[in-house]
Amino acid sequence: MTTTESTDVLIVGSGFGGAIAAYHLAAGGAKVTVLERGPWLKAADFDHDFLLGSSYTRIFDFVVGDGMSLLGGNCVGGGSVVYFAAMPRAPRFVFDRVSATGQRIWPESISRDVLEPWYDRVAEALPITQQDWNDVTFAGGLFAAACAHAGRTANPVPAAVDRTKCTNCNWMMSGCRFDAKRSLLLNYLPAALAHGAEIRPLHEVQKLTRTEGGYRVHYKVVDDVDYRVYAGEGEIDAKIVVLAAGAGATPVILQRSEPELGPMPRAVGRYFSGNGERLNTAVVDEDRARELLGLKRGDGPAFRANQIGKGPVVASWDTLDASRPTHSRYSLEQLYFPPGFGTILAQVPDATGPSWFGKEKKELVRQWQSWLTVFTMVEDDNEGVFGPPPPTGNAVRISQQMLGRGPIRYEPSANTLRGWAESDAAVRDILERDGLARVMPWTNDVVGAYTVHPLASCRIGDDPQTSALDDGQELRGHPGIFVTDGSAVPAALTVNPALTISALAERAVPGIVKAARDRGVNVSYGAPAPGGETAGRRGVQAQLPGLTGL
Amino acid sequence: MTLEAFADTIVPGEKRSPDDRAVAGVSAGGGAVAAGAIELLETPATGISAALDDYAEALNRNAREYAEGRGLPLDDAVPPFVALPFEDRTALVQELTSPRHREKELWVLLALFSNMAFDTAAHLHTTDAIAAGHPGLAAMGFLGPGEDGLWRFPDFSYGRPLAEPHPDTTASGSPA
Repeated sequence: MTTTESTDVLIVGSGFGGAIAAYHLAAGGAKVTVLERGPWLKAADFDHDFLLGSSYTRIFDFVVGDGMSLLGGNCVGGGSVVYFAAMPRAPRFVFDRVSATGQRIWPESISRDVLEPWYDRVAEALPITQQDWNDVTFAGGLFAAACAHAGRTANPVPAAVDRTKCTNCNWMMSGCRFDAKRSLLLNYLPAALAHGAEIRPLHEVQKLTRTEGGYRVHYKVVDDVDYRVYAGEGEIDAKIVVLAAGAGATPVILQRSEPELGPMPRAVGRYFSGNGERLNTAVVDEDRARELLGLKRGDGPAFRANQIGKGPVVASWDTLDASRPTHSRYSLEQLYFPPGFGTILAQVPDATGPSWFGKEKKELVRQWQSWLTVFTMVEDDNEGVFGPPPPTGNAVRISQQMLGRGPIRYEPSANTLRGWAESDAAVRDILERDGLARVMPWTNDVVGAYTVHPLASCRIGDDPQTSALDDGQELRGHPGIFVTDGSAVPAALTVNPALTISALAERAVPGIVKAARDRGVNVSYGAPAPGGETAGRRGVQAQLPGLTGL
Repeated sequence: MTLEAFADTIVPGEKRSPDDRAVAGVSAGGGAVAAGAIELLETPATGISAALDDYAEALNRNAREYAEGRGLPLDDAVPPFVALPFEDRTALVQELTSPRHREKELWVLLALFSNMAFDTAAHLHTTDAIAAGHPGLAAMGFLGPGEDGLWRFPDFSYGRPLAEPHPDTTASGSPA
């Protein structure tokens, strides 16, 4: 017989959305339980190793859908453990975007100005710092120099990386061995634990049902080597549930819960955005890089440094211009992907045979050290829809770890295709100018489009028809259920979304605290940053009455 | 032998011996087969190791249909896919992995792992693979670790401004 446990606040997922909520609620005095479907690894566990079964495959998920594939975290700390730590704020125009019918997409109550103090809170907690040109890797430097050569600007990107600890090993997707990347394992999560929060790894939440005073959360325990195998199950009652399982999983849990929980808002599992992401691979001509850009690594080559670095360090924001039409606004960012997923989808320029495999592709791979990857984030049309949920989890797992088949369907609109085409042309203009490199986008024919920043599958908004959550991130029609992960972000951001997801989660916390108090939980709001800093707390004070209805 | 020929179509290599039939020998240096594609496919972690016989059977069935449809004679001494010339192996794999093919997902998966054998040596510890001169990692010029098996690159930056930042950059270093 299953024993039912109970807690005040049950949080599903321990990435940015889950960890931030967990810390504040625990610090405020609530009993907090966090269920995380992935394992709990720490710095010493983060292998520099591509062997299947190493941290590389244990801590992230690649879910292939129909027309779209999602890459995300699957471990305690979630996306923060596998992300590349680029933390820009979203441009002002993003929050003013309107839908095709002229309706504002973001809630009226949220703008860049409103979010600024919440961005500040997160920046203080991680912390996030502005990288300078001495932090910029060879790859970022080459991209910057190419942008300048093409008459464009380029910025070092603000990042959550401790520059004194970073070794530029470029194994970030395996977790940071040196604790240089400011993942949530180093701030919000230990602070939540210090305040009594309990984190249970390898607990995969399947569905929610209703109880008299709240909700019952049903989970299965995952084998720590073969995630296809379940080792047990259980249930926990909670007065408040915070869903933060990621934009690829949160709507699936809600869909699976619908028969017992009651009808879900129409927008649950709809309006998914891949953040308009697109990748191009350039193969740099070393001689031209030296001649055109004046680049030289000591006495060695001009570049040949694809392997060296730390994720994106330079971005070009020339096309983040509010006056440009929607879908023509995008950023370009230098990025490193490790071999494996970072090589298979790259295409051979001017291929006479197949472009992503075969003889010519092998020759392209021989030049791998001269590759430069450029990442586009454009405005898409929220085209993604989730089909019926799989029997368990958010995907049917194929491999023991990492690889699964999910229910997402995505067919890019003409607008999205135009945005990708414009950004591809911009990448070519920058990198093929004067014979510097040869460029091709990654193919969408193999695993569809792909995103490392899934968003908007359960989004906030003012219109109940097109948004699953209100502007306090509470699920419409199901009081006491909140969503604080990327699924709440209503549309593409044109930049990396981790900071915006986090700022929104910070902003949602006062309302969650109030909802908990209304249900008899003795909890208060007002914790400092996890390290004890208080400037961020002071910064958001003016907004608190509006968020708590006091 | 059939799956070796498939892996060799994804990342071709040179023949292991003059009478090597699986490896077509269209590319210098080791390809996916020499990189350990079969060893990787046989690793239970992939999730497809138990289905390899079915994969081979299905690939040969497709190869036979492909050959019959084009009037290509097949050498009965080897499996049908192995009997196909490299160009036809390539054309068939293109067909099987094309976006509208009903079996696409199966063949993409096999292609992904064949590729991973070459560019990540996913069946080996990376340090061991590099020490053994793994053909894929060597072809890519993948640089090795320090003595403790970890990677560090103290020389990583040109160390100078290389572009003008966007004029509307805010104090936080973000777009306006």
